[in-house]
Amino acid sequence: MALEVQFEKQLASYNLSVEFSCDAETLAVLGPSGAGKSMTLRCIAGLERPDRGRIALDGRVLFDSSKGIDTPSRQRRVGLLFQNYALFPHLTAAENIAFGLDGLPDAERVPRVQEKIAQAHLEGMENRLPRQLSGGEQQRVALARALAIEPQALLLDEPLSALDTHLHSQIERQLIDTLARFRRPALFVTHNMEEAYRIAANLVVLTKGRVAANGPKEEIFRRPPSLEVALLTGLKNFSRARALSTHTIEALDWNCTLRTARAISGPVAYAGIRAHYIEFVETGAQGPNTFPGWPVRASETPFGITLYIRLHNPPDGGGQHHLQAELFNEKWMQWKDRPQPWGIRLDPESLLILPE
Amino acid sequence: MALDLSPIWISLETSVTATAITLVLGVAAAIWRANRRGIGPALLDGIFLLPLVLPPTVVGFLLLLIFGRNGPLGRLLFHFGASVVFSWPATVIAAAVVSFPLMYLSVRAALEQVDPHLLQAARTLGASEWRVFRRVELPLAWPGILAGTILAFARALGEFGATLMLAGSIPDRTQTIPIAIYFAVEANDLHQAVAWSLIDIVISLTMIAGMYYWTHLRGPENARWARR
Repeated sequence: MALEVQFEKQLASYNLSVEFSCDAETLAVLGPSGAGKSMTLRCIAGLERPDRGRIALDGRVLFDSSKGIDTPSRQRRVGLLFQNYALFPHLTAAENIAFGLDGLPDAERVPRVQEKIAQAHLEGMENRLPRQLSGGEQQRVALARALAIEPQALLLDEPLSALDTHLHSQIERQLIDTLARFRRPALFVTHNMEEAYRIAANLVVLTKGRVAANGPKEEIFRRPPSLEVALLTGLKNFSRARALSTHTIEALDWNCTLRTARAISGPVAYAGIRAHYIEFVETGAQGPNTFPGWPVRASETPFGITLYIRLHNPPDGGGQHHLQAELFNEKWMQWKDRPQPWGIRLDPESLLILPE
Repeated sequence: MALDLSPIWISLETSVTATAITLVLGVAAAIWRANRRGIGPALLDGIFLLPLVLPPTVVGFLLLLIFGRNGPLGRLLFHFGASVVFSWPATVIAAAVVSFPLMYLSVRAALEQVDPHLLQAARTLGASEWRVFRRVELPLAWPGILAGTILAFARALGEFGATLMLAGSIPDRTQTIPIAIYFAVEANDLHQAVAWSLIDIVISLTMIAGMYYWTHLRGPENARWARR
């Protein structure tokens, strides 16, 4: 059970060129808007035709430009959940779910629809029209409709982006359960890195039509292969950098020399550190990568604070900051009244060394 | 003098037949046009819409040239022993041609407002193109198609100029209500002209009432496809 995707397609502003495969599990496709995520799904579903390449599902060739194969959508057995759900507005929830089961005799179709309604927790909603359903219910009908045809692969195009925050986590949990039961290749497209992290074990990062990273999520978050990917995975602090020796680099924008935990191999273009990993230590504390720092600005978040910090010398009223740090309220309460400067430590273990 | 009621039936039969023809042709043309771009289809659009902007007498004259004894279609039909000019089919042809643009425009607009994602969703669910059309596109475009049908029927019912040119005014064969009114007035028979006008008003009001009943008064269940 695997979905193999490799194709190119010229789009208006760039060339979409992707290559990845997905086993019987969920693969998150993360990328900013306009990166080609939806287009990739549409090509796999057969709604758009790539210029060249090959798409295969369980060894069944869906598209192969060199052999002139382009299986029509209706024969691909690839379920697609549209971002706006694309429910048929003139059909009830049950009729929507039954839409793809036209070929089955009643004796099979009716129990199948009932089973999908039960799995999607839609009992009692069977005869409602889409506009009489809430956003979360609509999403569940759309998912049940896609799953009813027992597709060989499932493609989800930002299925949670249209939901309110309070619904979001509940629907997301149901979706994770559904995907776990699916046991076939599933692609989950999103621009939200936290969502991608929660939904899938493996990630494909797409930027401007290219696969910028591909692998286990922990690996990509811990060691992003490029600044682009690091920023997409939520990196807030980065500086141009160059290698000085096997274990030291110079961070040009931060005006400091930093020790690294691992020996440097290959080129160094940037150094970075995630906002949650910046440590606050006693003023004058010894240790690697510890510098005096002054707060420039602070902005409150629901459960903590974002601090903008200047290293080496006081801000002098200027707004320039070097680093952005996230602190939980508890820690902030302990620190806010301490004399400045504070000790700011960029732990070598937390440093990201980015080759490009 | 007793009123010869034949124009009523001729008018109704002509309008119904012409509307049925434009419905099929209008839907077919709109579907054909929907997924095409470029100069060819755009030029064809111009021809489709010409009867809307041309004076009906010009349309009638052009039809006379086409279907006349020396016209391309007329000669072909004559070869098979048939003649269209000044016959009942001529009233249908004239009414269909002038009402076609209204049907075509309405159906095109109705098809264009159907969300293409819905058609794509149907395809990914295994539906054939025919099933996509019948189960998704047609029901969702239906209110617009219905509006086009009503417009086309009204236009066909009121058709005068092209009909007179192509079909003439043969009582009991090609004389429709508008033509009967014209000749009544010309013959200074105002009573008959008023009678025909009243009959025309009654038919039109009945149609409007039927339309209103169809779109507004039917229960929400019956009309649910009419809303989006």
